[in-house]
Amino acid sequence: MEALGHVSASEARLQERVEAPLLGTSRAFWIWVAVLLVAIAWGGVAYFLQARDGLYVTGMRDRIMWGLYIALFVFFIGASMAGTFVSALLRLTRATWRAPIIRGAEIMTVAALITASLFVLFDIGRPDRLHHFLLYGRWESPLIWDVYGLATYMAGSMLYLYLAMIPDLAFVSDRLGDGFGTIKRGYYRLLSIAWADSDEQRATLHRAIVVMTIAMVPVAVMMHTVTSWIFGMTLREPWNSAMFGIFFVAGAIYSGIGLIVILMAVMRRAYRLEEFITDRHFLYLGYMLAAFAVIMVFFNVSEFVTLGYKLSADATFNLNQMVSGDLAPVFWTYVWAGLALPILVILIPYTRNLKGILVAAIAANVGMFLERYFIVVGGLRVPLNPYEPATYTPSWVEWSLMAGGVAIFLLLVTVLLKLLPVVALWEMHEEAFASGPATSPGGYADPSETFAGVADPGIVAGARS
Amino acid sequence: MDREENLKKWHVSRRRFLQMAGALGATAMAGVALPSALRDGSGVSVAGEDQLGPGEAAAQRRLRKWMMIIDLRACDGCQSQDSPPKCSEACIAGHFVPEPMQWIEVYEHELSSEAELRPDEQPDLPINGTRFMPTPCMQCQNPPCVNVCPVGATWSTPEGPVLIDQDRCIGCRMCMAACPYERRFFTWGEPPIPPESLFVERSPEHQVPLKKGVVAKCDFCPEMARSGRLPFCAQACPQNAIYYGDLEEDIATNGDQVVKVSDFLAENSAFRHKDELGTRPRVYYVPGHGELAGRKPTDHGLQEVSWDYQSIRKGSKSWKRSGT
Repeated sequence: MEALGHVSASEARLQERVEAPLLGTSRAFWIWVAVLLVAIAWGGVAYFLQARDGLYVTGMRDRIMWGLYIALFVFFIGASMAGTFVSALLRLTRATWRAPIIRGAEIMTVAALITASLFVLFDIGRPDRLHHFLLYGRWESPLIWDVYGLATYMAGSMLYLYLAMIPDLAFVSDRLGDGFGTIKRGYYRLLSIAWADSDEQRATLHRAIVVMTIAMVPVAVMMHTVTSWIFGMTLREPWNSAMFGIFFVAGAIYSGIGLIVILMAVMRRAYRLEEFITDRHFLYLGYMLAAFAVIMVFFNVSEFVTLGYKLSADATFNLNQMVSGDLAPVFWTYVWAGLALPILVILIPYTRNLKGILVAAIAANVGMFLERYFIVVGGLRVPLNPYEPATYTPSWVEWSLMAGGVAIFLLLVTVLLKLLPVVALWEMHEEAFASGPATSPGGYADPSETFAGVADPGIVAGARS
Repeated sequence: MDREENLKKWHVSRRRFLQMAGALGATAMAGVALPSALRDGSGVSVAGEDQLGPGEAAAQRRLRKWMMIIDLRACDGCQSQDSPPKCSEACIAGHFVPEPMQWIEVYEHELSSEAELRPDEQPDLPINGTRFMPTPCMQCQNPPCVNVCPVGATWSTPEGPVLIDQDRCIGCRMCMAACPYERRFFTWGEPPIPPESLFVERSPEHQVPLKKGVVAKCDFCPEMARSGRLPFCAQACPQNAIYYGDLEEDIATNGDQVVKVSDFLAENSAFRHKDELGTRPRVYYVPGHGELAGRKPTDHGLQEVSWDYQSIRKGSKSWKRSGT
């Protein structure tokens, strides 16, 4: 207990809530995990068929040779932006309200990156030759940039998540006592690498986190840019855009913020964290979401105007297929549900509440998935030779693997959230619960701005003295 | 307090830290060196090394630069033969090309670009003529497909052809996305090729038989040229529209005549397909619409190519092109 010094009643409640999932498992949890496992098993059957018969079982063919898998790969790479980048951004700007939400977001990043690499595995024709990436990798290939970028980003994100978790792991292993079981305690103790909460350790950890925070921002930007270059480095008109890199980065932040909102809403319910993840958190993230929706609108408009003004042959075909052709349903759902709806919901005071922002976040992610889909499929559909344009419809195997992949993502998030302390207790202690600007720069100078628990005089007394 | 002791036990001095960092660095260096060590020991040949034996020998004498000229004045898409394009069929038969692939494919191009008209727009011309364009792999000298391959499974040979190593390809299809001519094909299932093809010795210069889950394309038949034969497509053309030759010697032949390449190209206003992309193809076209074979530009239509084998390998899959 001395790890965090004196705590208020509110902070004690937070600690209880965070420890609850570590101590016991509810029935709802097992039902949820069972549902996910069924979906994963279903995906496994589909993957077995695909491994046996080849990509023959998908809807892809020579003319549209990438489809749902690559769209999902790009989507999950984008989803990974949620944790590391947004949390780094909030840490760097010293937004103290970040403390209760970033742990979950960082966990989601790791899960999303693992899922994204799975979809590469689903897509390649010879998964048995995956080691060729290491044996024969050529630096000239955008795909290799992506492989090494992804490995760097994943390692960095895991380290970033882990570093900020060390004090909490020590705290949990100390506090949970015998009810927790010796073996489990041992794991947490091992993971907390002899954290004793000394001043020296604290200073080192702070330095390490600052270094990682600053390092992760360019790494995340690199990752999404390099992903866009898989498409941008080809001679296909709809992908031939210098804007693709920044466009993908913005799209990733947009869907990442949306995913944090969804995760917060679930965590708040599941772990009874209503007191700590407040309306204010949803509001702030909602504003960020709307801002990035506007940025996405800007990018789309600038691309459409530059191409639509000149109307070169391939660009005309591409615009036609999106606005009124085969991809029109996907495109217009993206525009109205994926961009317009989130902006409107957050702009209108009447809908600017938890439910509204949650709806906006879900719509933003559906929209971003559809955008990835029409970028991949639409880009390949523009014919390069005189023939009737090809069509692509994902087969049931692809849909099944999509279900399986999404279930793996959800299972990873669920299990990690279950086994790890879901809220950064020590950061909450240092920033959110600490009082006044003296101990937390950029903190809650105005008492009316702070958490519900701030009225508790214990918090003021609990500031490190 | 055991925590204090713990802390002492874990305390790392600066010197110890540097030692550890050094060891870690050495391990990382080993990690970098490992792939090449594995490669050398694994028995997998470095791409092209042994397959290019003849090419390498030629390099000491004279380096061939294989090229192709397709005379569109003579190509009528085999309308006069009442047959599907014979170049495609001969290539399919010669390489046991699986069902939907046509390594050389004849496309009917409109002479004026009216393809992007909206339904309510009228074309500028009352009639619109077409020409047939047999399209093999262009064997680009700045090949976009080679540039993007993550594992070096496709490469430019010194003689010009762009080849594929089916034993290295991982099937990511990045090269297919990069190729602006759509001249690369994927074996989506176990290729529907006949058992007799299994007797053929496979090399990147002669991709028979094909494997599942990899990319294949026209290999420009350099091994046939070296032994004094024309590629299957050139041999089969009833109008002798396809010339195959050597830029280094500045000479090409369609099996009937021998031409001096530079003169022939200049005198007949030859062009390269999508030359503006900067891919520098080794395939040249002489503009025309089959007039030497007596075809009028308004004679539309090609017959469908078929994939007739005597037998089909057991357990193989046949697939169709999407949406066409």
